Amino acid sequence: MKLTVWTYEGPPHVGAMRVATGMKDMHYVLHAPQGDTYADLLFTMIERRNHRPPVTYTTFQARDLGADTAYLFKDAAKAAYERFKPQAMIVGASCTAELIQDDPGGLAETLGLPIPAIPLELPSYQRKENFGADETFFQIVRHLAKPMEKTARVTANLIGPTGLGFRHRDDITEVTGLLMDMGIEVNVVAPMPASPSDIAKLGQAHFNVLMYPETAETAARYMEREFGQPYTKVVPIGVGATRDFVLEVAQICGLEPKLDESRLRMPWYSASVDSTYLTGKRVFLFGDGTHVAACARIARDEMGFEVVGMGCYNREQARMLRGLAKDYGVEALITDDYLEVERRIEELAPEMILGTQMERHIGKRLGIPCAVISAPVHVQDFPARFSPQMGIEGANVIFDTWVHPLVMGLEEHLLTMFREDFEFHDDAGASHHGHKAKLREIGITDASETETVSPELAQPNTGPVEIVWLPAAEKELKKIPFFVRGKAKRNTETFASERGVNEISVDTLYEAKAHYAR
Amino acid sequence: MTEQFAPPPSRGCSNTPVLKERGQHEVFCGLTGIIWLHRKMQDAFFLVVGSRTCAHLLQSAAGVMIFAEPRFATAILEETDLAGMADAQQELDRVVSELLARRPDIKQLFLVGSCPSEVIKLDLAKAAERMSAQFAPNVRVLSYSGSGIETTFTQGEDACLAAMVPVLPQTDARELLLVGALPDVVEEQAVGLLEAMGIGPIRVLPASRVNDEYGIGPNTLYALTQPFLTDTHEALQRRHATYIAAPFPFGEEGTTAWLRAIADQFGVSEAKFAEVTDAPRARARKAVAQASEALRGKSVFFFPDSQLEIPLARFLTRECGMEAVEVGTPFIHRAVMSSDLDLLAEGPTIAEGQDVDKQLDRCRDARPDLTVCGLGLANPLEAEGLTTKWAIELVFTPVHFYEQAGDLAGLFSRAVRRRDLLKLEAAE
Repeated sequence: MKLTVWTYEGPPHVGAMRVATGMKDMHYVLHAPQGDTYADLLFTMIERRNHRPPVTYTTFQARDLGADTAYLFKDAAKAAYERFKPQAMIVGASCTAELIQDDPGGLAETLGLPIPAIPLELPSYQRKENFGADETFFQIVRHLAKPMEKTARVTANLIGPTGLGFRHRDDITEVTGLLMDMGIEVNVVAPMPASPSDIAKLGQAHFNVLMYPETAETAARYMEREFGQPYTKVVPIGVGATRDFVLEVAQICGLEPKLDESRLRMPWYSASVDSTYLTGKRVFLFGDGTHVAACARIARDEMGFEVVGMGCYNREQARMLRGLAKDYGVEALITDDYLEVERRIEELAPEMILGTQMERHIGKRLGIPCAVISAPVHVQDFPARFSPQMGIEGANVIFDTWVHPLVMGLEEHLLTMFREDFEFHDDAGASHHGHKAKLREIGITDASETETVSPELAQPNTGPVEIVWLPAAEKELKKIPFFVRGKAKRNTETFASERGVNEISVDTLYEAKAHYAR
Repeated sequence: MTEQFAPPPSRGCSNTPVLKERGQHEVFCGLTGIIWLHRKMQDAFFLVVGSRTCAHLLQSAAGVMIFAEPRFATAILEETDLAGMADAQQELDRVVSELLARRPDIKQLFLVGSCPSEVIKLDLAKAAERMSAQFAPNVRVLSYSGSGIETTFTQGEDACLAAMVPVLPQTDARELLLVGALPDVVEEQAVGLLEAMGIGPIRVLPASRVNDEYGIGPNTLYALTQPFLTDTHEALQRRHATYIAAPFPFGEEGTTAWLRAIADQFGVSEAKFAEVTDAPRARARKAVAQASEALRGKSVFFFPDSQLEIPLARFLTRECGMEAVEVGTPFIHRAVMSSDLDLLAEGPTIAEGQDVDKQLDRCRDARPDLTVCGLGLANPLEAEGLTTKWAIELVFTPVHFYEQAGDLAGLFSRAVRRRDLLKLEAAE
C-alpha cells in the first residue's frame, strides 16, 4: 500500500485510452465500474477533443457482482460493434474488473465478431499509464501488421504519438517536414492518427522514427525484429539532437543528410548578448525520461545553463537517465512521489526548474521559475498556436518557452541596483508577467525584517556542522535578489561548512561570493 | 408579498412513468465528493483506499490541483496487498499511523472505500473501529464507501454524512438541523434568514469542525439542502428525527417553499415570514428575470449527473420560462423528491439511470436549445452544434437560496448568450 497525493501517471488503461483515442475506427471496450468514465474528460476537456473517446465502459455495479458480470461485457462489446462499426477493437479491464477476472479477451472471442478483437493484459496494480500505452500499441501492431514488400521510394513510419500527448500534434508536422526535406515520405503515423487499416500497412516502410520511446519502444523493437525495420534512437528535440537525427536518418537510408535551417533562430537568440544573463543559471530537470534527457542537452549545450539535477517519474527510463546523469555529474532522481521531487528541488535551490505541471506548482510554492517540458499535461499544454518541441521550430519554441518565466537581462540588473524600490523590488516578480505587483510598504525599516526569520533561513541545513547566520549576514542575504538568493545561501553554507565555520557573518557571505565568482 | 408563483401544475411528474435505463453511465463515482467535502470540514482528512485510478480521478475530476497540501490522499493497493487480507489491514494501520503522525491537526479521518477495496472486501468499518479506539480521543475514524459500484457522484457526500449520523450524541433538545455541505456564504444566508424568523438553535451537518458538533434525537427537525442526501435522510430517520419535506431551495420559489415548510414547523407567523423574506424575494425575482431573458421559450435536456436535475428542471421551467424535454437523473428517491416532482409540469421524459449512447440519440433527435451534461459529453456535443452547460459547475458554485437565484439562472443563460455572441464569419 502506497500513500499517494498526486500522481504523474494514470493507470495503464488510461494509456490504452490514449492509444485508442488517437486512432480512427478503433474502439476500446473496457470492463469497468461506473465512475471510470471520468477519463473521458481528460480528452474532451484537457485536450479539447471534439468527439468522445471511442471507449465503451461496461459499467458494472455492486448488485451485478453476485450474479454474472461476463454477460455485461459481452452485451457491451456487441452493442459497441453494432453502433460504431469499428475496423478493430481492443478489449480489456480496468483495475476493478481485473479483480473479478472475467477475461474480456476470451469473452470477446466467443462473440465471433467479424473484426479483430485484440485482448489487452494491463496489470493495474503493478504498472502505469506509459506502460499501458506502449503495451497497447505493441499488441495492436502485433495483431494487425504483417511483413510486407517495402515501398519503392524511401518511406518511414512515425511511431509514438497518442491522444493527450505533450505536443504530439505539432511534433508530427515538424518531423514530417524534416523527413520531406530529405526526400523521405511518411508511410504511416501511429497510433495517432492511424486507423487499423493503416496499421496493417506499417510493414511497407523502410524504417521507423521512434518519436516517443515511452509509448512505442516495444512496437519499434518488434517491427525491427519482424519486419526488418531499423528505428531511430535520436529524439529530435533541440538543435544538436535535430542535427544528429538528420545524420542518423541519412545513415539508415543511405541518403545525403539535409537540414533546412533557414527558419532556425534559436542558436542566434542564445548567442546574442541579451542572453548573457542565461549563463550558468542552475537548472533542475524533471519529467518523462525522454524529454528530460533531450532537455538536459539543450539546457547545457544550447542555453548555457548549469544542470544541477535531473530525474524522471517513469521507471522504464531509469537506467537510461541514471547513465545520462552520470555524464552531467549529478545523481538522477527516479521517483513518482512529487513530495520527494519537491524535497530535492528545495535542497538544490536551482534558479530554474524545467519540469511538468507538478513542478510548476512546486516552483510557485518555492518562488522558483519553471517552464514545462513534459507530460503529465494540463489544458495549457494544448495551445491553439503551432507549438512543437521537435525539429527546427521546436528549438525556437523551446527558447521562447524557457526564457519566458525568467526575469530578463537588464531587469535583473535593475533589481540588483534598486532592490529597495517600493514598486520595483524582487518580490514583485518579473515585470512582463501579468499578475499585480505586490507593492512594498514604504517606511517599513530593516528592523522589522531582521526580527522575523525568513522561511528559507529557518530550514534546518543538513551540513555536518550546525551553521548559524548572524543577523547582519542574514540581512545582507535578503538584499540579494530572490532569483539568486537560494544559490547564494547554499554556496555560502557549503563554503562555511567546508572550512568548519559555524557562524556566517557578512564577511563569510562575501568571501563565499568571491570564491564562487565566475 | 403576495403569492406570485404560477399555480402548481394540475398534473406534475410524480405519476409520470419513468424511463429506467441501464448501460454505460457517463457519471463520476462518489469519490469525487471529497473535492468539496475536504474543504468544508476543516479538521478532516479523507483517505481513499483504492487504486491508481482513484488517485488519478481525484486529481483530474475537478481539474484542480490544490497544492497547499490537500486533506485527502489515496492509499494505493499494490499487488502484495491483494494477496492476503491480513496484510492489507496491517498495511492500512501503517499508512494511517504515518499520516496522523505527520498531520497532528487532523481530528477526524474518513477511510473511504473504492471499487477495488469493495471487491476484495477489505473491511474498512472494522479498520475504522480499531483505529478509533487506538487514536481516541484525538482522532475520530469513520468509514464510508465512495465506490463507483455503489455510488454516483454526489452520493459520495451522502454516504459520508450518513456515516456521521450514528456517532452524533443523543439529545432531547428541539433543534433545527440543516443537512448538506454548502458553501459558507450560502449556509450563512440560510441560517441568517431562519434566525431572523426566530428559529433556533440551528445546527449544520457537516459541521466545519468536529468540536462544533451537537446531539440529535426525537425532537430534532431536519431539512435537506441537497436532493442527493437520501441515505443521510434514512440515517436521521433511524435516530427518530423529523424530516421537513419541501422542494429544494433553488430559485425564488424553491427557497420560499423550503423556508415556509420550516417556518410552519416552528410556528412562524405569516407576517414575520413576509417581513424576513419579502425583500430578498423581490431581489431574487428581479435577478432571475434579468438573467433568464435568454432562456425564455427555450428547451432544455438534462443528462444524469449530480441528482440536482429534477429540482433544477423545476426552477428552469417555472421561473425561467424554459421547456424541459428530458430530465435524466442517476436515481429517483421519492421520499425526498416528490415535492419537486409535483411542481414539475407533466411533459418531459423522466429518465433514471443511463445508457449514454441511446440517450445521446434522443438528445440529437430533440435538438434542445440547451443540454445540461457532464464534462465528457460537453465539447463533443458543442462540436455537433448543441449548446451545453457542464453540470459539475452547478455543484461547485453557490447556487442555493435567494441571493444566488440570479447566478443560477445566469449559469444556464451564459451558455446560450455565448453562442449568440460569437461571430466568426467574414463581414462581407
